[in-house]
Amino acid sequence: MAFQEIKLYQTGTFVVGNRLLDPEQRTVQARTGRSNSLTSGHRACQGCGEALGARYVLDAAMRATDGKLVAVNSTGCLEVFSTPYPESSWQLPWLHSLFGNGPAVASGVAAALRASGRDDIRVVGQAGDGGTVDIGFGALSGMFERNDDVLFVCYDNEGYMNTGVQRSGATPPAAVTATTKAVGPEPGNVFGQGKSVPLIAMAHEIPYVATATVADLHDLEHKVERAMSFRGARYLHVFVPCPLGWRAASADTIRLARLAKESGVFPVFEAEAGEVTAVSRIRRQVPVEDYLRPQGRYAHLFGDHPRPDIVARIQARADRNIARFGLLPEGDE
Amino acid sequence: MRSQIEGSQAVARAVTLCRPQVIAAYPISPQTHIVESLSDRVRTGELAGCEYMLVESEFGAMSACIGASAAGVRTYTATSSQGLLFMAEALFNASGIGLPIVMTVANRAIGAPINIWNDHSDSMAMRDSGWIQLFAESNQEAVDLHVQAFRLAESLSVPVMVCMDGFILTHAFEEVDLPDQAQVDAFLAPFVPQQQLDPDEPVTIGAMVGPEAFAEVKYLMHAKQMTALDEIPEIAADFRRAFGRDSGGLLKTYRLDDAETVVVALGSVLGTIEDVVDSMRDAGVPIGVLGITCFRPWPAAEVRAALAHARRVVVVEKAFAVGAGGIVGQNTRDATRDLPLVVLDVVAGLGGRPVTRASLRGLLDDVVEDRLDPTRLHFLDLDLALVERELERSRHGRRPGPHAEHMLRDLGTVASGAFD
Ligand SMILES: Cc1ncc(C[n+]2csc(CCOP(=O)(O)OP(=O)(O)O)c2C)c(N)n1
Ligand code: SF4
Ligand SMILES: [Mg+2]
Repeated sequence: MAFQEIKLYQTGTFVVGNRLLDPEQRTVQARTGRSNSLTSGHRACQGCGEALGARYVLDAAMRATDGKLVAVNSTGCLEVFSTPYPESSWQLPWLHSLFGNGPAVASGVAAALRASGRDDIRVVGQAGDGGTVDIGFGALSGMFERNDDVLFVCYDNEGYMNTGVQRSGATPPAAVTATTKAVGPEPGNVFGQGKSVPLIAMAHEIPYVATATVADLHDLEHKVERAMSFRGARYLHVFVPCPLGWRAASADTIRLARLAKESGVFPVFEAEAGEVTAVSRIRRQVPVEDYLRPQGRYAHLFGDHPRPDIVARIQARADRNIARFGLLPEGDE
Repeated sequence: MRSQIEGSQAVARAVTLCRPQVIAAYPISPQTHIVESLSDRVRTGELAGCEYMLVESEFGAMSACIGASAAGVRTYTATSSQGLLFMAEALFNASGIGLPIVMTVANRAIGAPINIWNDHSDSMAMRDSGWIQLFAESNQEAVDLHVQAFRLAESLSVPVMVCMDGFILTHAFEEVDLPDQAQVDAFLAPFVPQQQLDPDEPVTIGAMVGPEAFAEVKYLMHAKQMTALDEIPEIAADFRRAFGRDSGGLLKTYRLDDAETVVVALGSVLGTIEDVVDSMRDAGVPIGVLGITCFRPWPAAEVRAALAHARRVVVVEKAFAVGAGGIVGQNTRDATRDLPLVVLDVVAGLGGRPVTRASLRGLLDDVVEDRLDPTRLHFLDLDLALVERELERSRHGRRPGPHAEHMLRDLGTVASGAFD
């Protein structure tokens, strides 16, 4: 495995070390001037992917807007762990209203800024998957359809974590949650047809849609920056492992995010005006099993009564993503 | 300027004069003419510098208002009935945060059965949402209350609902004295937000609060509404000085001196009640009227003072608490609990049923003669035979079927609004 050591410090790889890059190419997170929009001291679990994601996204957006940014937050872990009274981790103007109305509140902020001639100040709305794909979905679609000048970010940890890890519309098949236990003939969440809000966002033909994971900081920051270069409705769907809800090791958050992408479970792509413009290809494909095994929420697939049939169905879904988005490197397809 | 104008147009004009910067609204009868008119006024530039947001629901409308108000601009919306309930969660949020949003509620019944006509069930269902609730008696008062509402909301940083009877006021053409822009500008200073999302001074709004301070935050909401009890009469007095007419305030009294019997009511029905009271006064009956303009905050001390010399009070209201009784009635009893008087609850005008002079006269004759049982909830013009027939049907058979449809069939009516 000697080749890995060489590649690790080369520019152009996904794990490039910041120290070896030109200052211009370094991540926002690596810069001393980063805004620390979500600053330390909050109450997230160790290894919380959502906390990482929010920090990366907002610092990048702050840089892109020269600090002229307002954040609107739906109810969920991010809101709760960041603002236990009387403390707040937010170092930017931040408003939380309800669970299901984040996109509409953000639209209202944007309208007010426009009406007062302050459209130099930009708006980011943010929510978990529940606040985005389920209860806030109508408001989100309205915001898209009106093309309001908001970047809406979904931190997808695939469940209602704040209320104790229940199933959401973004919970994947077979995953165990508090409302989809590993009991009965179909253990864990059912195999539904899925609900891809990035694709639904694209169907609104909004200027910019992207997916990203917390495993690739350069890519995530780039997408925020790109999103902020557009006016109108933009959508960013960030894959954020949740050690508590997924029953995974805190140290595995980044690794799991990377495996989700490298297995094809979570396709990473960009789209403009309804058309896919770029995909992050898989560097070294791994079977979905590599991604599933470290997570306790899938333990029932591998224990004393293994369910290779279910793993195969999950693999088939990943393969469908790979084929649909062309995720394998050129020549491997 | 005096104009012969539809209530909705008059309100839209009044709101325009108040220069809101964001309007977010979703159509529902009978609010539609107001928001259509405002949309026109924004498009033509009559209402300049305003963003009119065509939102996807009332929940979206109130949520957008929350965002806009927190971003520091004057914000307005309007709704009715189901729309108000669809906003419910956001209403409590707006008041909890303390955002001075002004909203017109064109009062309409709440389904089921679905019904577009007027009563007060919608506003009354939201009476504890933390919003100030002002009820207009006429279109003139509706216009005036809007101008006052922005001032009140912004001075206390509390949201205000201006309630006006759907159709009866919103769709009625009558003469209204519309203020001009200079008058309104002089009365209503530009909005200075008490809290604002501002990158130069970042604040966190909407933080989580646990047992250590939650009660205090809620107490503050209550305290602010109590302050409103002082503020509302002051604003009305100021309004009188600026515009030369009485509008707003907490209560309105009519022929109350020496009245042994007092009718309490709110909204447009007050006019009809006053007519009936006039005719009874002509017949020598000592009777008067107490109109509630401000229902939330509840002006308990003022209500008590106004009823201090009454022997019997009859509250005629267009809503009720199913399974409990009158709503305004209960508040009235509470305000007068140490007074030697009887408070009767009468529900009238539900779902658009006309409250006629004849029915009111019959009712008030009974009240004056102490023929109404004070321990019971009364319904004006209730068709008891219709209810009886349906109850009889329910006693037979395992699945008697849907009540509302049966009762319409019994009446030989297929659509709503066929009362004559
Ligand atoms: C109207 C309403 N329903 C339910 C809740 C309870 N609730 C609060 S947060 C939450 C789940 C949040 O899930 P998600 O949006 O995915 O965020 P996460 O906590 O997973 O980051 C739920 C169900 C609520 N606050 N409001
Ligand atoms: S439960 Fe999950 S999303 Fe919530 S704070 Fe913990 S790790 Fe983060
Ligand atoms: Mg979630």
